[in-house]
Parts: sequence; C-alpha cells; structure tokens
Amino acid sequence: MTKYLVKRFIAMLITLWLIITLTFFLMHALPGSPFNEERSTSEAVQRNLEAHFNLDKPVPVQYIEYLKSVIQFDFGPSIKKSSQTVNELLGRGFPVSFELGLVTLTVAILSGITLGVLAALRHNGIIDYMAMTIAVLGISIPNFVFATLLIQQVAVNWELLPVATWKSWRHMVLPTLALATGPMAIIARLTRSSMLEVLTQDYILTAKAKGLTPAKIVLKHALKNALLPVVTVLGSLAAGILTGTFVIEKIFAIPGMGKYFVDSINNRDYPVIMGTTIFYSTLLIFLLFLVDVAYGLLDPRIKLHRKEAK
Amino acid sequence: MVKILEVKELHVSFTTFGGEVHAVRGVSFDLYKGETLAIVGESGCGKSVTAKSIMGLIPNPPGKITDGKILFKGSNLAALKDKDLRKIRGADISMIFQDPMTALNPTLTIGTQLMEGIIQHQKISRSEAQKKALEMMRLVGIPSPESRLKQYPHQFSGGMRQRIVIALALVCEPEVMIADEPTTALDVTIQAQILDLFRDIQKKTGVSIILITHDLGVVAQVADRIAVMYAGKVVETGTRRDIFYKPQHPYTKGLLNSVPRLDLENAELIPIAGSPPDLFAPPPGCPFVARCQYAMEVCDKVYPQKTKYGKEHHVNCWLQDERAKQMLALQR
Repeated sequence: MTKYLVKRFIAMLITLWLIITLTFFLMHALPGSPFNEERSTSEAVQRNLEAHFNLDKPVPVQYIEYLKSVIQFDFGPSIKKSSQTVNELLGRGFPVSFELGLVTLTVAILSGITLGVLAALRHNGIIDYMAMTIAVLGISIPNFVFATLLIQQVAVNWELLPVATWKSWRHMVLPTLALATGPMAIIARLTRSSMLEVLTQDYILTAKAKGLTPAKIVLKHALKNALLPVVTVLGSLAAGILTGTFVIEKIFAIPGMGKYFVDSINNRDYPVIMGTTIFYSTLLIFLLFLVDVAYGLLDPRIKLHRKEAK
Repeated sequence: MVKILEVKELHVSFTTFGGEVHAVRGVSFDLYKGETLAIVGESGCGKSVTAKSIMGLIPNPPGKITDGKILFKGSNLAALKDKDLRKIRGADISMIFQDPMTALNPTLTIGTQLMEGIIQHQKISRSEAQKKALEMMRLVGIPSPESRLKQYPHQFSGGMRQRIVIALALVCEPEVMIADEPTTALDVTIQAQILDLFRDIQKKTGVSIILITHDLGVVAQVADRIAVMYAGKVVETGTRRDIFYKPQHPYTKGLLNSVPRLDLENAELIPIAGSPPDLFAPPPGCPFVARCQYAMEVCDKVYPQKTKYGKEHHVNCWLQDERAKQMLALQR
C-alpha cells in the first residue's frame, strides 16, 4: 500500500508540473499584458510596473522564478488587486467555494442515489418515469439557465429565499439547487441502470433464497455493487461541479474562488490565473485519487497494488 | 416413510409480450423425509420453475402460481404471503443454484454471506453465528475455515465455491434442500466430489433433497426416486430402479437411450427426434405425441391418466392405461 501511495504521489506531482508549465506558457502566449488598458499610462510607469512584477525578463526566466516560488507555496502578489497576495485571495475565497461545492456534492450524491434506487425498484412504474423525467431535465438544462429561473420564480416572484450573496443557510439553497441538479441527474440515471443490472444477478436470488428482508437485499447486496460505476464518475462529476461554481458564484454574487478565477483571466492577472489553476488542479487530482482508493475499498477484486503471487 | 413436502397439481404461468406461457401444467409429487428426489427433463420442461415456485422465488410479475398447492408442515406455501414465506426460505427449505461463480456476492466476505442467513432466522449472537458458519464450512470440506471466512468469493476455485453455496444452504439446518443443477457448471472430477458431498451430508443431517438436473449420470449416482418431466408435466415417477431398468414412458426410454455410453463398443447415440411443443399453446393430449413412435389417435386428443405400474412407479401414458390392457386381454 505504501509503495502504491508513493508511486501515486509522484505521478500526481508530475501531472501538476505539466499543468503549471502548460498554463504558464499558454497564458503568456496570449496577446496583451495586465497593463494595457484603455487608460494610457506613461511608458516609464509601465516599465517600472513590469520590472516590479518581473514581467520585463524573458518568459523562460520568469517561468523558472515562478516555479521556485511555487515550491515554497508562494503564489506571488496579485497584479490587479494591489497589496493582496494570491495566497490571501485563495484563503478568503476557498472556504466559501468549498462549502458550496461540498454541500452541492452531498446533495447531488444523496438525492441522485435515492432517485436511482427508487426508479430501479419500481422499474417501468410511475416513480421510475417521474425520476427519469427529472433526470433528463436535469441533464439537459444548463445550470446557469436553471439558476436564473430559480431566482426569478423562488426569490423574485414568491419572495421565499434571498436573491443572492452568501450569509445564512437560506442563501445557500438556490445556488446549491442550481448546481446540484446536473450531477444529481447523472448519478440517478447511472444508479438506476446499474441497479437494474445488479438486481438480475444470481447472488440477489441467493440472498432472497436465504430469506433476507427486501430492505437488506437492496441495501446490503444490491446497492454496494450498484454503486461501483457511480463511484467511478464521482471524480469527473466533482470537476463538473468545480467549473459550475465559476458561473454560479458569478450569478449569485458569492465571494468564492470562482469569481477571482474568472476576473483574473479577464484582467490577465498572471499570478492569480496561475494560483487558482494550480489550486483547482491539485483539488481535482486529489479527488480522483480519493475515488481510486474508494473503488479499491468497495470492490475487493480490485487491488491497488500488485501482490506477489503466493 | 414420512411425507415432508407435497406438491399438488401445481400450475405456473408467465405473462409475456407474446401471450401467456404455461410453463408448469399440473405437476404433482411427494418428497419423503431423508430421501433424494431427482426431477429430470430437458431444458424448458419446467423443472427449475417448479423448484423456484416451492421457494416462492418466481419473479412476479411476469410469473404467477395460477393453481395448485405446495404443502409443507401443514401450510400451503403457494398461498402464503411473501412475509411469511421469508421465514421458511433459508430456514426450513433452502436452495442451491446452478452457477457457483455468480451465486455469491463478489463484494462481501464468505463469512458475512454465511452468517447473515443464520442471524436472519435465529436469535443468536454474532460469535455463535460465526461458530456455526465454521462448523458448516468444515462439514462441506473446506480446509482451514478460520482463515477462509474472511476471504472473498473470487479467492475460491469453482468447486470450493459450490461447497460454500452448499454450506450456505445448510447453515440453518433446513429439512428440505433444493439443488437446481448443482453440478452443471462444474467439471467432471469436481462433479463427482460434490455428489459425494451430497450423500455424505444427507447421511449426517437427514436432509431431504430435491435434485433438479438433466444429467442422468448424476441421477443414477444419488437419486432415490425420480420424477421425469416433459413440457410442464410429470410423465413418469418411480424409484431409481424402476426408471433405469423398467422405464415405461417412451420419453423416459428416449432419454435413457440418448445418454452417451462408454462401456459399449460402437454404441450409437440415439437422439429423440423433434422438439418439445410450444407452451404458448400446449396440445390438449399428450405433449410427447409428435415425437413418439408409438403414438395413437387417442394420444393426440386426450391427456392420459396416471397409471400405477409398480409400488412407487406411476406413468402417464396411454400405452400403460388399464383400458389398453383390457383391450389386449380381449384380443387374446
């Protein structure tokens, strides 16, 4: 196991390095710089600014220097938001985004699995058709459309919940709902089809022949096996939720990381682009790693490390 | 001999897109305490459906017991609610399935799967359940059961898995064990071991076994009595001796002729020509009529009654009907 973890960790570092390198050079390949806007600054000021942020040096030199500071977990200062470092921005934005992401993922997983299991147990019944209609709608309506619909109906017309910002749990309901519907629909459909397949397996018949209660058969024998494919997609679903937060945070004016990320690209705020990219990538790589470990725990047939033959 | 299970005029149908398939059409047989009854017949004759109906494991819909009784310990299993049937399933009547490779849950340990049945039916602690599970594993001949208990099905070979499946069926000390083609998925040497195990277990526990198979070689080794099924009906029943030495129904004779023989030189395999009738629209008369070389006009029109041939030997065939014999006597 330790050997596997070490191997995996090295692979993760290499992936991260590739991401950093690609993003860095692509970012600098974009025309323009943080300082050319409509408001004209004098050439001397511009040169001073560039010197201050190390932008006057050739790109490869900047790259090496950036790598050096990243190794020390220093992501540099923000160019646009003066007197703030990227670390400070991330430290402020991340807890909010994390909360939104985590709640969304929990809601999506729980409701998706419940919906999928109910649909499978009532195969071709009314519940099945209803659940799958919800699932198709959830997959086909983009979250920003759903978000605006929710704001219009629930917040503006019915005045039940606040329109935007991030303060109490009531502020969380609409963004979470908007963000969770898509992943929930995917999980529900996957759970349903995989549950239907598992329920026809011979070992379910064996479990029935033992005289177990239907609840035990479904929860202990069917669900665990049916969840294996669902766990596989959780990694990519988490990625989907991450990218979803960019848009949803913007719509609901939530002070999370997504806002900084989008703004930084518009402003060509190089250190912030790099900082948020590295942060998101690390998170995603780590999530994918967790999925692999969970897979190994759920299915004893999958070995994370190759055992020597006895 | 004490009757432990009685199946009376059982009818089972399946609703399909094409219409209703009448898979079991009036099957009756008795099971005595401590005996092995083999139900033989070709694929699709309704033998598995009969077995699953006893356990209440016919998927409903599309399947349904439309008529008949299954009497066990004074209650009619065919009329019981699923909730009450669950108390009997696994505890009093248990079942072994055909393929040991798929009959065990791949993500639960053998121990968990063995113990959950005991915990479901008996009020005992986990450690006692584990003790019982170990005892069963020893009974079915699994070496070092203590370490094996924590392993998963994929760590066992096919023969070992079938032993586990048998242990699973025996763990609550049932009175009846239904084995649905228990050796079909195994290779021949393992097959022989499993059959030995059946005899051994029966001697030790006194369990009554219903063995469902199409393999007459298996039947010859373990069965006390045999019921031959064809197109959803029992056409002949008798002791092993009756069926193998004095088969009366042309179908039984055909079955015996189509067993490959290695002991005779140049022995030709004689297949039964034709195929069984379509059970969407079963024929009114004997279902074997189209394939029977002795068929008479009456066979096509009316189903023959049960004729007693010996003490335990019954056959449903016009050739053995009392009236035919009377006609024969008149001729002489």
